[in-house]
Amino acid sequence: MGESTIPYVRSHCVGTTAVIYASDYLNKLTGERIERECRKQLNEGCRALVIDFSDTQLVNSIGISILLGIIDIAEKSGARVIFSDVNHQTVELFNMLGLTQHVVLVRDEHEALLNVGSVVTHPLQTNH
Amino acid sequence: MDPNTHKLIHTFESLADLGQEIAGTGNFNEMVRTSLHLLLGTLALRRGAVVECVGDDGQAQCISHWGLGEQYTPEWTLDHADRSVLLSAGVLQLSNPDSNLASFFERYAESLREQSVELLVPMVVHGELKGFVLLGSKASGEPFNQADLEIIRAMARHIGVGIHGHRLIEQIAQRAEENKRLYEELRAIYADTVRAFAAAIDIKDKYTQGHSERVGKYSEVIAREMGWSEAEVEGIKIAGYLHDVGKLVVERDIINAPYPIDAKTSSELNRHPEAGFEILKPINHPYADIPLMAKYHHERLDGRGYPDGLVDEQIPIGAKIVCLADSFDAMTTDRPYRKRRSIEAVVEDFRRNTGSQFDPKVVSAFCRALLKELTGESKPRVLKMLGKGYLQTEQAVPLLQQLIADIEVNPRKTAAGGV
Repeated sequence: MGESTIPYVRSHCVGTTAVIYASDYLNKLTGERIERECRKQLNEGCRALVIDFSDTQLVNSIGISILLGIIDIAEKSGARVIFSDVNHQTVELFNMLGLTQHVVLVRDEHEALLNVGSVVTHPLQTNH
Repeated sequence: MDPNTHKLIHTFESLADLGQEIAGTGNFNEMVRTSLHLLLGTLALRRGAVVECVGDDGQAQCISHWGLGEQYTPEWTLDHADRSVLLSAGVLQLSNPDSNLASFFERYAESLREQSVELLVPMVVHGELKGFVLLGSKASGEPFNQADLEIIRAMARHIGVGIHGHRLIEQIAQRAEENKRLYEELRAIYADTVRAFAAAIDIKDKYTQGHSERVGKYSEVIAREMGWSEAEVEGIKIAGYLHDVGKLVVERDIINAPYPIDAKTSSELNRHPEAGFEILKPINHPYADIPLMAKYHHERLDGRGYPDGLVDEQIPIGAKIVCLADSFDAMTTDRPYRKRRSIEAVVEDFRRNTGSQFDPKVVSAFCRALLKELTGESKPRVLKMLGKGYLQTEQAVPLLQQLIADIEVNPRKTAAGGV
């Protein structure tokens, strides 16, 4: 498990899964940092991306567009994308815009890791 | 929250962000990139591009794209017919192409299909085609409804306005830069012309060749020491170059007289400041008061100067500077009837005439500038003109320091008593 050094984007790897923590407001600045980190992790061989929204209060249109871009590059790399710990308001937004058709939403990071099989302790529990 | 209300709020937020983005004056590419993100994120569109028309020959190029692959950099050529159709078209759905754009789609349909582009939205500003936006499908997989198309049309128009505005600002900045360059060139031409003119003035007087140029440079040094702005310093230098232009109307024999001139010839020679004023007055100089500086460079603080016998505050400060520079050069160059004076004699002359002929502030500034050159604090401009060996630091520094101190103590003491 190694910590990333890219400024302001907290992330770590569990096996071939990268967990990336979104900031409190997912806009252009923070979105592009997350996108760069996702690309880096995919280039380094990660097969699944968990984006953790536990700190995220708000996602704006730019954030949506960037997340769609991340989903796109992950799909092209054959990697899965899981969003964890998304607040109610943002879940509504993702549902309304159709993002949930392309990603799995789970309760927290642990559940995300179970989902991708990086931690095998209990049967899979997802929260679509 | 009702999904429609939520969608409406999300769209309004995007429009507000887009308005802020296109109104900014920041980086153009960032503005386009952010605007495209805002459009895509409003409806969760998976890919898109902004294509801008460049030049008048129908060329268009992609200036930003998202989700189309990193290498996506196509260029487009729009013929007259394409542009006419795009000007009046709303949102074009590629699944149902406008028959009037048949030739356009024939050329580009394959590439658009490959990139999964579904919509082409022209950006029209003030009746001019600025480019178009290409958009892919919605992440939801749902078809575009009428409300979606209206939102897309409005946002694309906003992006067009942003591009138009930024390009206008770029053009204005470019023109301002060109104007600045032209102005600098004109100033250089003006300065060269004035320098040539000064040389022509000095040729008339075989004993004072280079006098006008030196007076210009001494005046510049004094004005800079007095804290004048660069434009003002440039102006006083020009005034120095041209201060004797009136000598052009004085007979050569009088100017070149190899002896101190008598009263009659003196009055003839004394016409030159006014003659200079008349010559310079009709010219539209880029700097203020140049004719007046030429006219009054022989006025004295005590009112005994010419042509108008002005006193102290009536004399423009520029004329006072040129007056001192003129006298300094006269004293420090050889004349037909005498050799140039030593620095001790020059300082003594300054001391004797400060407050009567010369303005104390001007004398003090010139002494300070000379001191700075002697001590290496500033470049040796005056020293260079005076020639090697004329001023010895150990000899000149105390003289100049003492004069500055004396002027500070008693700046207004007249010729009768000296400083």
